[in-house]
Amino acid sequence: MHSTRYIITFVAVLTMVVALVLSLLATGLKPIHDRNEAIYNKKAILSAINAYLDEKPANMSAAQVQKIFDDQIQQEVVDMKGNVIEGLKAEDIDMAKEKKKPLAEQRLPVYIYNSPEGKVYIVSVRGSGLWDEIWGSIALKNDFNTIVGATFDHKGETPGLGAEIKDNPKFPEQFIGKTINDESGNYVSIDVVKGGIKEMAHQVDAISGATITSKGVAEMLDRGLEYYQPFFENQKK
Amino acid sequence: MAETTVKAPVEKEKEPLFGPKEKRLLTDPLNDNNPITVQVLGICSALAVTSLVYPSIIMAISVTFVTAMSSFFTSLLRKQIPKQVRMIVQLVIIATLVTIVEQFLKALNFEVYKQLAVFIGLIITNCIVMGRLEAFAMANRPWRSLLDGIGNGLGYGAILIVVAVIREFFGKGTLFAGSPLAWQIIGPSSDYMLDTTQISWLGWYQNNNLMVLSGAAMFIIGILIWIHRTWNPKLVDVS
Repeated sequence: MHSTRYIITFVAVLTMVVALVLSLLATGLKPIHDRNEAIYNKKAILSAINAYLDEKPANMSAAQVQKIFDDQIQQEVVDMKGNVIEGLKAEDIDMAKEKKKPLAEQRLPVYIYNSPEGKVYIVSVRGSGLWDEIWGSIALKNDFNTIVGATFDHKGETPGLGAEIKDNPKFPEQFIGKTINDESGNYVSIDVVKGGIKEMAHQVDAISGATITSKGVAEMLDRGLEYYQPFFENQKK
Repeated sequence: MAETTVKAPVEKEKEPLFGPKEKRLLTDPLNDNNPITVQVLGICSALAVTSLVYPSIIMAISVTFVTAMSSFFTSLLRKQIPKQVRMIVQLVIIATLVTIVEQFLKALNFEVYKQLAVFIGLIITNCIVMGRLEAFAMANRPWRSLLDGIGNGLGYGAILIVVAVIREFFGKGTLFAGSPLAWQIIGPSSDYMLDTTQISWLGWYQNNNLMVLSGAAMFIIGILIWIHRTWNPKLVDVS
């Protein structure tokens, strides 16, 4: 039997050794982690403009992704009044942090892709699914009305159900060609509905078995795209 | 005379580097003493990760690494570890190794890390790891413990991959989806992270959604245990 003193010393030494090893490792690998994370997020944004790209973003190398961002994408940050904030890049904005701020102080990232058919605006939205946060990027034509692509991601939705918003390409594909304004130009967003679409232009099919996640997507789009309306209005002028 | 009688048993105890006993440590968990189908350990993660083959392979490799290394280190420290806190010490060793695996995976393959992030943390609670430390590493030398850890990791991984192949094939009609080897085999071109233009044979097959859910893994593991017992007479309980 070991003495209490021995036990305490043993545990203390072990903990310190382990803490040292892990902190060295975490510090050493952090730059690589950050770079991976950045590329992952950029790939998600590129997925929204899949239609304009020669290759699927998922199959692109980090260098290819970075090249598109450097050459063809302009990054802006706008405030809730729709004014562009100078000196900031869209990729510096962490939507998760912005969401916690008071509404008036939130900043919104905008990625502008220069396609042969004119500028494409990629905006970010964030909301809640069943278990945790969900977020997405929506690409709009320069009429600020027609969706040309969408991509969604989530933190912990159920695989095979809620996670289908990301895993099943057919879900985001439904958004292509939909319009967020009605005929008279009023903002109506896109609804995610069960049991068949009634309004072709503003509705998509929900995922069966994932009601709460589907509703979450609808709520996220409704609220998230509305935040961008002042910016869209400013751009139209 | 007295000296030789004392020496003889000492020499007998000397372990060869890779004798028949060591070989059995590696091969036993693959068959006669499989962690999943015989010991019925590690079921939780076997249900959770096996919907696709590629993450299962990564999981198998990670668990093998963690069982092997934690067995090795626990065995090295087995005489120093105070009995009263041995479980906590084992847990610290496992948690450290899991964190190392997680950090490296995050650096090397971020997309797989994203898919596996939740499960990687679960390796810590994987019964196989702790089970081997308590049952084997605390009473055996480091080299043997390392082999035992590798053997059990591989035994676990083998079942994991078999289950994943069945589930992904019938559930998604693909194999290795999400990896560069992604391969569409049956059914209409898959929804899952694959090029939707890819052509497959047997296009009439409708993906079986039950296979995607964890429940299917339960049935498959049950059937595997049945097959394993029928095929291996040693496992049949005569009593």
